[in-house]
Amino acid sequence: MKVFLLYPDRDFDPEQPLPPHTDNVVQDLELNTLFSAMAQGDAFVFDVVKRVILSGLEDLRAIRYRQDILRDCLKNTQVIREIYQIPIRAQESKRKQWLGIFGVHYPSNILTSGRNMLEVYFGFLKELRGIVDTHVHKFESEGFRRFFAMIQKELDEEYLATVAHHLKVLAFRGGVLVSAKLGKGNEGTNYVLRKPNADDRNWVARLLPRRSPAYSFKLHPRDDHGARALGELKDRGLNRAANVVAQAAEHVESFLHVLRWELAFYIGCLNLAKTLDDLGEPITFPEPAPADERVLSGRGLYDVTLALTMGQKVVGNDIAGDGKDLVMITGANQGGKSTFLRSIGLAQLMMQCGMFVPAQSFSANLCRGLFTHFKREEDASMQSGKFDEELGRMSAIVDALTPNAMVLFNESFAATNEQEGAEIARQVVRALLERRIKVFFVTHLYEFARRFLEQDNVLFLRAERKPDGTRTFKLIEGEPLPTSYGPDLYHRIFEMRTVPDEAEKR
Amino acid sequence: MTFRSILCDSAGIQREATDQPAFFGDLNLDQVIDEITARKEEYNLKPFFYRPLRDVENIRYRQEVMRDLENATLMAFIEAFAEKMSIVRRYLALVEKLDYDYHKKGWFLEAMLVYCDAVTELVDNQSQADLRSRGLQAFREYLGNYVRSPEFESLKTEAQQVKARLGDVKYCVIINSGRFSVRKYEGETDYSVETEKVFEKFRQGAVKNYLVDIGERAGMNHIEAKILEFVARLFPEPFAALDRFCSRHARFVDETICTFDREIQFYVAYLEFIADIRRKGLPFCYPEVSTTGRQEFVREAFDLALAHALRYTKKPVVCNDFYLQEPERIIVVSGPNQGGKTTFARMFGQLHYLAALGCPVPGREARLFLPDQILTHFEREEDIRNLRGKLEDDLVRIHEILARVTPHSILILNEIFASTTLEDALFLSKQIMGRIMALDALCVWVTFIDELSRLGEKTVSMVSTVSPENPTIRTFKIVRKSADGLAYALSIAQKHGLTYEQIKERIQS
Repeated sequence: MKVFLLYPDRDFDPEQPLPPHTDNVVQDLELNTLFSAMAQGDAFVFDVVKRVILSGLEDLRAIRYRQDILRDCLKNTQVIREIYQIPIRAQESKRKQWLGIFGVHYPSNILTSGRNMLEVYFGFLKELRGIVDTHVHKFESEGFRRFFAMIQKELDEEYLATVAHHLKVLAFRGGVLVSAKLGKGNEGTNYVLRKPNADDRNWVARLLPRRSPAYSFKLHPRDDHGARALGELKDRGLNRAANVVAQAAEHVESFLHVLRWELAFYIGCLNLAKTLDDLGEPITFPEPAPADERVLSGRGLYDVTLALTMGQKVVGNDIAGDGKDLVMITGANQGGKSTFLRSIGLAQLMMQCGMFVPAQSFSANLCRGLFTHFKREEDASMQSGKFDEELGRMSAIVDALTPNAMVLFNESFAATNEQEGAEIARQVVRALLERRIKVFFVTHLYEFARRFLEQDNVLFLRAERKPDGTRTFKLIEGEPLPTSYGPDLYHRIFEMRTVPDEAEKR
Repeated sequence: MTFRSILCDSAGIQREATDQPAFFGDLNLDQVIDEITARKEEYNLKPFFYRPLRDVENIRYRQEVMRDLENATLMAFIEAFAEKMSIVRRYLALVEKLDYDYHKKGWFLEAMLVYCDAVTELVDNQSQADLRSRGLQAFREYLGNYVRSPEFESLKTEAQQVKARLGDVKYCVIINSGRFSVRKYEGETDYSVETEKVFEKFRQGAVKNYLVDIGERAGMNHIEAKILEFVARLFPEPFAALDRFCSRHARFVDETICTFDREIQFYVAYLEFIADIRRKGLPFCYPEVSTTGRQEFVREAFDLALAHALRYTKKPVVCNDFYLQEPERIIVVSGPNQGGKTTFARMFGQLHYLAALGCPVPGREARLFLPDQILTHFEREEDIRNLRGKLEDDLVRIHEILARVTPHSILILNEIFASTTLEDALFLSKQIMGRIMALDALCVWVTFIDELSRLGEKTVSMVSTVSPENPTIRTFKIVRKSADGLAYALSIAQKHGLTYEQIKERIQS
C-alpha cells in the first residue's frame, strides 16, 4: 500500500538531504514568508512544504502529476481536509493508549505490543475506506484515482476479517513449536516458528504416543540461568513472527504517516491559494519545459512573499525571455530589480515542486538546481573580508553546479572596485554560460553588463523610470545605461522631502 | 624452481626488521607505511616494509609479483584466499576456548572445510590466471602438487561428507515454561511466513528491524548442550562420523601455504593503498633500478603521503619531474615558501625507498639509484629560545650525518640553518656543500639561499614556481631553472578557484 501523492512511483523521502545552498536560497528568496503563509502556524505543515518546495522535481511528468492532484484538491477542499485528519487522530490514539514498541527488548513483548497497535490502526483504516467510498467519484487526477482505488481494493471486508483472525492466533496460548537445524559448530540455527500439523490439535499432550522418540527435560525450579536460556530459545523462535507483527504495525503507522506527510503539502497549497485569493492576486498552473531548453515567458509575474508581507496586491511584470541564457537586469535603485529577481526564483521553485505560481501565466524551462548569490549586508563570521566572503560563497556554489542549473546573482562582486568586480563577474558568468548554466544577474557594474551586449542569448532588462523620474517598479527590456540612478534616489530623499510635508498640511 | 618465499628469490630468508628507519618521520613514510599496514594488523607486515633491498635481482623478483597482482582478477583470487585463511585461524582459536565436545568438534570441522575450500579455490583460480612472475609461478606449482596429494584429497572429501550428514539433521523443540522436548521435525509449516503474507501489503520503505539480535554466540549454555545431546541421540550416525574424522586429522594447515598467506599481503596491502590514489588519476610505475648508475630521472612523480591525504578531495596533486646527468649529484631547491619545496624533498626520498622495497613508485616513469642508506635532516619545529643552541644542535646533527654518509648514500637536507643569520648560514652551507661534493653522494638540499645552487657543476638548481599569468599563484611545480628569488602574495579570486578557466574546469559538462 503506497500513498504516492507526491510522486507517481514513490513516496517522498523526508530524510533526503536538502540540496546544497538551501539556507542561502531560503534567506535570499525570503522563503520562510512563503512557508509560514502555507503552514498557517502548523509546524508540521511548515516542515513538509519547506522540504517539498526545496526538493524540486526535474521531470516534467512528475510535475504534471502533482499539478493534477493539486487541481483536485482545489476542487475538493473539504474532503481533503477530512482525510488529512485521519492519520492525525490515529497518532493521538496511540499516544493516549501508551502504545509503542520503542524500548521493548524481547521478541515475546515485541509481539504483544505490535499486536495491540495493529488493532487500533485497523479501526482508522476502516474509517478511511468509508470516506473514500463516499467521495471517490469527484476526483479526476491520476494520483487520487490510484490512491482511492488502492484503498478500496486492499482494505476490503475479507482482508479485515483475516487480520482479526491472526491477531487472535498470535497470542500462542498452547506453547511454542520451533524447528531448528545444526549450524556451524553444531550450534542450533535456523529457528523457525511452526504451525502444529492439523491433525494434532492437542499436540502437546499427544507427544508421548508418537512413534518417533521425543526426549524431554524439566528444568530445576531454581535453575534461573536455564530458565533464561530456554526463554531465549523461545524468543529465537518467536523472533521472526514478532518482527513481522511489529513491522506490520510500523508499516501501517508509516502508511498513515506518509499519508499525513504528503497531504500536508497540499494542505499548505490550499492555505496559500485561499490567502492569495483573499488578496485578489492571481495564481496559475505554469507550463514547464525541458531543462535543456531555454524558455521564460510570463504575464503578471509577482513576488508572492512581497504580496504576503504587504498583505495587498503588488506590481507584476511581464517577461519574454525564450531562448535566453542570461538575463541581465540593470537600472534604478529601488526600481523593483530585487523583487523581480525574487519573483523569478520563487516561480521557478514553485513550478518545480508542482505548485501553481504567482502570475497570470508562466512558462519556463526546468533547472537542475537553483542557487542564489545575493549581496550580503555584513559578514557574520568576520573571519574574512567582504569580498573574500562573497567569493567564498561563490566558490561553494560552483562546487555544486552542474549544467542546466540556474543561478540568481544580486549585486554580486560589488564589494571591490568596479574594474576588478566587473572582471571577476565577467569571468564567472562567461564560464557559467559556457557550462550551460542559466543566469540572472542584477548589477550596477556597467563595465560588466555591457560586455554581453553583442550576444543574442542575453536578455537585458532595466528598472523602468518615467521621463519625470518616477519609478513604476516594472522592468522593461533595455540595455544597461552607464549611470545608475543613485543620484535621483538621493534627490528624492534629500530634496523632495517638502512634498509629503506639504501634503500633510493639507 | 622450488618455492620458498614470495618475497625473496633466493633461498636465504630475509631477516625482518622491527624498527622503523630513522628518516621515516621526515619523509612522511611513517604515515604511508602505517596506513598501508593499518588494515592488515593480523599479518604483521611492518617488518617487510622496514627492510629495503639493495639486490637488483630480488627487487625484480618482487616487481614481477607485484605486476602480476595488478591484474584485478588475480588480485580478487588472492583476496578471497586471504579472507578464508583468516577465517580458518579464527575458528581454530575458537575451538581452544569451547567446553562441550560436539561443539568443539563442530567448529574444528568448519575450520577444515574453509581451509580446503580456500586452497582448492586458489588452485582452480590460478590455473586460469596468466602468471608471469617467477614467484607466483613457483607457488602455483607448489600448490598444485599439494592439492593433488592423496592426504589433501581425503581430508577434503571426508570433511564435506561429514558436514553434509550433519546438515541434514532437522529437529523440533517444543518450549513451555520450565520444560522442553526435542523430537524430529515432521514437516510442520512456517507460521512466520504466513503472518508475513497477511501484512505484506503495508510493506513500504525501510522500517526498523525488530529482529532482536539474539547473537549467534560462539559458546553454548547447558540448555543448548542438552538439546545437542538429545539431537545426537536422535541422529547417532552423523555424530559418530564426526568423532572418527576429528581424531584422524588433528593438524592440517601446511606451513608453506601459511607463510605465503602472510607474505603475499605485502603486495596486496601496497596495491590496495595506491588504488585510491590511482583513481585520482595519478600514475605509478616500476622503476628501473641500479646500484651503480646515478643518472636518475623521474617523470610526473609526487609525494605519496600528500596524495593519500588528498585522495578523496578534488584538490590536485601536482606532479614533478627531475633528472640528473653526469656529473650532477646535488639538487638545490629554492623559491617561494609554501611552494612545494619540502614536498619535493620528501618525494625524492620516498621514490628511492619505495623502489628499494620492490614496489611501484609514485610517478609516470623512473630510473633510480639504490642507495646504501637514506639520511635526512629536516628543520624541527623546536622552540628557538636561543639561536646559538639551535644552531649548535643543527650542526651536531649534520656532523652525525656526515660521519655516516658514504658515496652510495642519499642525503636530504631541508632548510637547515634557517634560523640563523644569512651570513652564518651561507658560510656553513658552503662548508657542508664542499664535503658532500667531495663525497659524490646524491643529495637534495632545500634552501632559501640561491647561491648554493651555483656552487659547481655537481649542483642543479630547481625552483618552486608561480603561475606565469598571475605571479601570486603557486603552481607547486618545482622546475629546473636558475633561482630568481621572487616574492609573492595570494590573489583572492584565484585562491577561490573562480577564474574563467578554473570554473570551467570545476563544472563538468
